[in-house]
Amino acid sequence: MNGSVLSARTLRNLLPALSLLVLLAAIFYLQPRAISYVGFNLMLNLAIPIAFATIAQMCVITVNDLDLSIGTYVGFVACIGATLLSGGIGALPFIKDLQASGALPATLPWIMNTPLAGVLVLLMGIGVYALLGALIHLRNLPSIVVTLGMSFVWLGLSVLVLPVPGGQAPGWIKSLMTLKTPFIPFPIIAAVVIAVAAHILIMKTSYGAVLRGAGGNPKAIERAGWSLLKVKMAMFALAGFFGMLAGLSLVGLTTSGDANIALRYTLLSIAGVILGGGEFVGGRISPIGAVIGAATLTLAGSFLSFMRIPPDWQIGAQGAILIIVLALRTLIDRAEKRR
Amino acid sequence: MASAATPIISLNGVEKSFGAVRALRGVDLACHAGECIGLVGHNGAGKSTLMNLLAGVFPAEGRIEVDGKDIASRYSVATAQAHGIRCVFQELSLCPNLTVAENARIMHASLRGFGWRKRAGKLILDKLDEVFPGHGISASDIVGDLPIARRQMVEIARAFSVTTAPARLVILDEPTSSLDAHLASQLLAYVRSFVAKGGCVVLISHLLGEILAAGDRVVVMKDGKVVVERPAADFNRTSLVAAMGSVAHDEGANAATADTKRSETEPRVRVAADRQAGGPELIAHQGEIVGLAGLGGQGQSEMLIRIFDAAGKNARNVTVVGGVALVAGDRQTDGVFPLWSIAENITISSLRRMRRGPLIDGAATEAMAEDWKQRIGIRTPDMNNPILSLSGGNQQKALFARALGSDAQTVLMDDPMRGVDIGTKQEVYGMIRAEAEAGRTFLWYTTEMDELKHCDHVYVFRDHHIVAELSRSELTEEKVLHASFAEVA
Amino acid sequence: MNAEPGFIRRLVAKPWLWAYVAAAAVWLVTILFTGGRGGGEVLTAAFTFATFSVIVGIGQLYVVTLGPGNVDLSIPATITLAGAVATKVMDTQDGLILVGLIVALACGVAVGCFNYALIIILRIPPIIATLSSSFLIQSTAIAYGRGIRIKPPAALADFTTAQVLGMPVLALCVIALAAVMEIVLRRTVYGRWVTAIGQNMRAARLAGVNVGRTRFTAYVMSAVFAGLCGYLLSGFSGGSSLSMGEEYLLTSIALVVIGGSSVAGGYSNVPGLWGAALFLFLVVTMLNTYGFGAGLRYLSTGLIIIAVIVAASARKATR
Repeated sequence: MNGSVLSARTLRNLLPALSLLVLLAAIFYLQPRAISYVGFNLMLNLAIPIAFATIAQMCVITVNDLDLSIGTYVGFVACIGATLLSGGIGALPFIKDLQASGALPATLPWIMNTPLAGVLVLLMGIGVYALLGALIHLRNLPSIVVTLGMSFVWLGLSVLVLPVPGGQAPGWIKSLMTLKTPFIPFPIIAAVVIAVAAHILIMKTSYGAVLRGAGGNPKAIERAGWSLLKVKMAMFALAGFFGMLAGLSLVGLTTSGDANIALRYTLLSIAGVILGGGEFVGGRISPIGAVIGAATLTLAGSFLSFMRIPPDWQIGAQGAILIIVLALRTLIDRAEKRR
Repeated sequence: MASAATPIISLNGVEKSFGAVRALRGVDLACHAGECIGLVGHNGAGKSTLMNLLAGVFPAEGRIEVDGKDIASRYSVATAQAHGIRCVFQELSLCPNLTVAENARIMHASLRGFGWRKRAGKLILDKLDEVFPGHGISASDIVGDLPIARRQMVEIARAFSVTTAPARLVILDEPTSSLDAHLASQLLAYVRSFVAKGGCVVLISHLLGEILAAGDRVVVMKDGKVVVERPAADFNRTSLVAAMGSVAHDEGANAATADTKRSETEPRVRVAADRQAGGPELIAHQGEIVGLAGLGGQGQSEMLIRIFDAAGKNARNVTVVGGVALVAGDRQTDGVFPLWSIAENITISSLRRMRRGPLIDGAATEAMAEDWKQRIGIRTPDMNNPILSLSGGNQQKALFARALGSDAQTVLMDDPMRGVDIGTKQEVYGMIRAEAEAGRTFLWYTTEMDELKHCDHVYVFRDHHIVAELSRSELTEEKVLHASFAEVA
Repeated sequence: MNAEPGFIRRLVAKPWLWAYVAAAAVWLVTILFTGGRGGGEVLTAAFTFATFSVIVGIGQLYVVTLGPGNVDLSIPATITLAGAVATKVMDTQDGLILVGLIVALACGVAVGCFNYALIIILRIPPIIATLSSSFLIQSTAIAYGRGIRIKPPAALADFTTAQVLGMPVLALCVIALAAVMEIVLRRTVYGRWVTAIGQNMRAARLAGVNVGRTRFTAYVMSAVFAGLCGYLLSGFSGGSSLSMGEEYLLTSIALVVIGGSSVAGGYSNVPGLWGAALFLFLVVTMLNTYGFGAGLRYLSTGLIIIAVIVAASARKATR
């Protein structure tokens, strides 16, 4: 009895990693040269921001909510990163317009050029996330509607900051994202670091157990004397934090900002969490799995292009992968139950 | 009793009402260090309420003293925990997505910092080793993957584990319900050693052997009161069953009526006997009221749902002739549509009969609602008022009206009289009797002896099996209780 | 005289009233700016654009009414697919208008069946089921519609843009459709069943409601309305485009919320959809009139939705 349960669970836990390995093997078969230092750099570059966004989504899913605004939030952070964070208020397009028209002097005081403004705004973004968590908990609101509304708020703010794509990412982020590490490509190192850090934070710390427990049995957590409000705020703030890292890493790769840059991240991040073995309710999540899921989704695009399948089918393939993995999971669950 | 010292907690004339239902009507109880109190009573006697109260889950009226200080008004879960009062609830309060060690950490706030996982694991495993030697549980097991018995073992061990606050009084509510005989005896042995070291245990169980073996003192509850309180040594199984039964046997006349001849009519419902358990098959004929008895939660509701789902289908082992309707006992989860009016709640099961063209015939539904308002006596000025404007008893009447007003030949009743006042009960009993005489079949799950007396035939359930079958003339409270409490070993 | 206060009281108690009040207020503020000029044109435009969102809003409303967790995220993709397939099938010929309609609706039926199969057979939560199927549908639409920019049949384009006394004909049709769907919700057995499931799925099953079939129909209906919307949109906007469905995800959900229906299910009304759709469009017009850019428009749309959902929760709490 115990043995069979164990193997079904092991199988489930290994499913994300197996999917990734199968995909890598297929890519190697089609295009052996892709499995190289340069190849991985190219294929997995974008996996870093997606992995961060997936971890952010995972934090929200842990407490049985869903964040439909993460994509526009990542876009917002990217816009802030390309403006306020690199050149302070002076880097905002409308300030530049005012300078050009002569309303403002060509050289601005230091306070207008300090990147601290960007840091401040990004911290406020995390604060907004924490407040959202509180609002959703206190008013017992459906998170999908609230975050859907927030997606428009972030999009509106991004457009206000950066009406047309542009700006300039801070140099330090750019050089970090294009780091040439010895032997192992930077994206792989980054993915491992993200996975391990999130794993320690959520799975290994003592408060992490409480955070996850709140997804599994909120009543028991409350009965043991913990504040569910604090738990929700913490999880949403964490989502805001990881979402911020996603936006910053993304703008480091693209070097300029765009309000619409990450719209698809909302769906990708949800798919990544699920692919990584997370479940929608019950607080069963896996940070390592989520990062693997994000990598799988990113590699699926490369795989399709090696297969000479038009890029039109990229989103479709992501949907298909999601459905197949969920179907496999249902099958494993049923087999487990039958025994 | 056990000692002259101040009790850990003592209750004096404690009362608790939920709406119109008085769950506790003046309970006196003192829990001393170094004793095990066996708490028994029939369903609805107030055991669970009492236990929640001891754990500080909700407040009550009356005097509650902890360590000699009256803190009735300020008593809460936190106070209870600070004084070392722990509770093992029947519904598991573990987080299924966490490991055994992590669940220990949820309970003990002091388990943090570097190496907390190791300490939490050691804490819970040491306790498991102590209570259930050879338990086979690992600290890194995910609780949701464990079989139910092991989950219960973890929960029990967690309640006895000690970090900063002591464990002085542990309340165990049906702790052995999913443990086998071996594990149960391990637990009882541990309870005795815990008590010997100066702890106190309140043990709630329907297995009377356990109560008699482990308890120093037996407290019998009935109708929200403590009716008997004596040393366990004064009891044996028979006298304990007698103590739980009704004091006076009224309504003896009812039981004397002759059995209806069962084979006269075609059976409406037939559930094949469980081959493994070897119990009788369940049959309900036209015009019969069939009772499903036994303690609460022994599979009666599941049986009703099985029959409900089998209607109109080719189900294995269950044959149902004609339509069925169900009267829910748990109104909130199974019965009421909270946003609707009384009329909408009553007519939902009969809408298909009341159509004109594609639309629902408003006049017909209104007529039906008014008709049932009169027939079953729903106390409301307007049937278009929200259902939640009614008292619990009247909501239940609306649910009866929904089932009786449908064209179903068979009506299943899932302990529908919970929390209903006596006047309403009498009205509904009469109505059920009249409907049965008109040819309807009733399957009635009830935990109340008085209601079984209205039944033509009774099946007693234990552990999801039918263990006894009693015709109307055979029916006595003793027989039902004996069948309900019978023990394997 | 006695009946009047009662009538007003009953009207005020209607949850959909506020959407209309808000829409009227926004319209007034808008024409205040222009000094009364152009008020009629603004209304015509509002009705024109609200029509399309109301069509998908009806489908979304039925799905949301089914209770917590029920939502159809595949509406935008279905709109795009149905639009692309229908324009290609019709191939600008007036004679194929009906065939195009049938094909568009068939796309909806297929998507709805697929969605429900994922929900019931694979036990995938509705949000994820409709999300992942929308990935697939979107790709199909892109692959199918790539490079083609076929004009819709002239007759269809004429029909979707026709007006009677400044009122779009299509809007009149959809007002009638909304009226029918309101009657279905209130006065048919099916509508009652949908509402019952949304309040308490278990109680509905035990009261004899055919839960599976009711949910299935709602999901198919939602997709069919999305197909219809895609068909009409492609006629209206001179052909299908790959992003034509995009805005309708948020809009369809926002209409349900702003229209006074409960997002938690079991308590819905169709008239509110029209009020909400007019309101949302008029807000955008107002901001445009006052010279606000896209950023502020998005911002205010988002804040309005959050404000409405918070206000609705306060109403529930006091009840």
